[in-house]
Amino acid sequence: MNIKTFSFTKWLLIFIVYFFTAIILILPIVTVFQEALANGVDGYLNALKDEDTISAFLLTIKVSAIAVPANTLFGFLAAFTVTRFNFPGKNTILTIIDSPFAVSPVISGLIFLLIFGKQGWMSDTLEQFDIQIVFNTPGLVIATMFITLPFVARELIPLMQSQGKEEEEASLLLGANFFQTLKRVILPNVKWGLLYGIILCNARAMGEFGAVSVLSGHIRGKTNTLPLQIEMLYNEYNSVGAFTAASLLVFLSFLTLFLKLLMEKNIQKK
Amino acid sequence: MVSIQTKPYTKVHFGLSLGITVFYLSLMVVIPLLGLFFSTAKIGITGIFEVFTEDRIRDALYLSFYVGFVSAIINMFIGFTFVWVLVRYEFPGKKLIDTLVDLPFTLPTAVAGIALTTIYSQNGWIGKLFEPLGIKIAYTPTGIIIALVFIGFPFVVRTVQPVLEDLPKELEEGARCLGATPFTTFRKVIFPELWPSILSGTGMAFARGIGEYGSVVFISGNIPGKTEILPLLIITKLEQYEYAKATGIAVVMLVISFLIMFLINILQNRASRRLA
Repeated sequence: MNIKTFSFTKWLLIFIVYFFTAIILILPIVTVFQEALANGVDGYLNALKDEDTISAFLLTIKVSAIAVPANTLFGFLAAFTVTRFNFPGKNTILTIIDSPFAVSPVISGLIFLLIFGKQGWMSDTLEQFDIQIVFNTPGLVIATMFITLPFVARELIPLMQSQGKEEEEASLLLGANFFQTLKRVILPNVKWGLLYGIILCNARAMGEFGAVSVLSGHIRGKTNTLPLQIEMLYNEYNSVGAFTAASLLVFLSFLTLFLKLLMEKNIQKK
Repeated sequence: MVSIQTKPYTKVHFGLSLGITVFYLSLMVVIPLLGLFFSTAKIGITGIFEVFTEDRIRDALYLSFYVGFVSAIINMFIGFTFVWVLVRYEFPGKKLIDTLVDLPFTLPTAVAGIALTTIYSQNGWIGKLFEPLGIKIAYTPTGIIIALVFIGFPFVVRTVQPVLEDLPKELEEGARCLGATPFTTFRKVIFPELWPSILSGTGMAFARGIGEYGSVVFISGNIPGKTEILPLLIITKLEQYEYAKATGIAVVMLVISFLIMFLINILQNRASRRLA
């Protein structure tokens, strides 16, 4: 009797999970492709050839090509600093690294608008040198850098903490210099965690919407990243165009999930 | 008592890496965030309160908290069900579902936004089912809550899952052998170990929900006073060049989310001390 009720609850709960997975997680993905293919494969390919969508795609790649390497370098250095040295103020640094997660994307955009915008603190200097940051590519890059700052550091800190520094100590004592130790000991040890951090960072950089929305100015073909282009097409009732552009980002998110699975397998093997 | 430990590296290595880290953090995070607070210093604390005398802003504040709270509660239950099933049961498709839970983290919010809007609008797959009953989902607070559940429940799953995985099964078996009913075992043995992680996961989902923009902006319909959330109002105020009001709203939101983060930290510290 007891076992029977137990398996009844078990299958009821499993059914609930199936149900929510189908409704919450799978249905949106199916919808994206259904709407993108509403006019058939030709319609999809035509929408892909849209000039503004292509330039939005290229801009998205350009922005992440700057933001992701910058935050990768920073993330590694920050993780190295907090896991390899003991010093006062460490917790403060950890809190600050995490803080972009707590800030609403819209506010992340706003803070840079307040600095670089027309009425911002730096507006005089910027005008003098004729530099335009807001409503221009640099603004998008800066906002994306802020939003994606924690990803690599957060992946690496627990990993490097748990690995300890004994191997590096041995390497240095045996006469290797810092860069040899970095190349031969530190980087090989953290490579999977580092890669996973980069992938997450990149997914967020390419998909960021709120922060870049404040700073882009929505100039078609010039300052629209892919997510902003999706919004513009959708608001113009160009459903096929919007969902076609969206399907590109769905592929990106699938790729991210797939690589994540791969990394997890590799980390488990270790 | 200032103790700096740099071994096996030299002081130069320490100085350089700390220096660059602090420099980058100050430039990218500390100065911009402090800048927001200095901008509000011009209008003062009374100025911030005055921002919230405007009906439209007060309505948005109320709505953001209402949908944030309701969706957080839903996320807590859905998230916990996922954790329980994924950790305790074997069933077909388990690995796939475990991977798909991360989808909301990796799917750009704008994509989620337009997809959910299409599903829940009058002609959409689910909206169509509710249409004859006279229930509208898209362009109502219900729609916003659905978007926030999509965005938020993975936070609960990913915070609670590792804790339940580490919980020794012997504890439960012991309780059951000593005659406790499944419900008592859950209440007295399992739940006390899990609640800090459940609360912090729910807290994260709540914080994220209040600040969420991309997935909500499409499904909400943005009707002032009805379905207009705080982040959207910030953008509206910026477009109308009412920078002071936008800044005022932003500061209040920022203080609230930092408070939530602070509480989560305390909770997690307490939990880890308990286990140690």
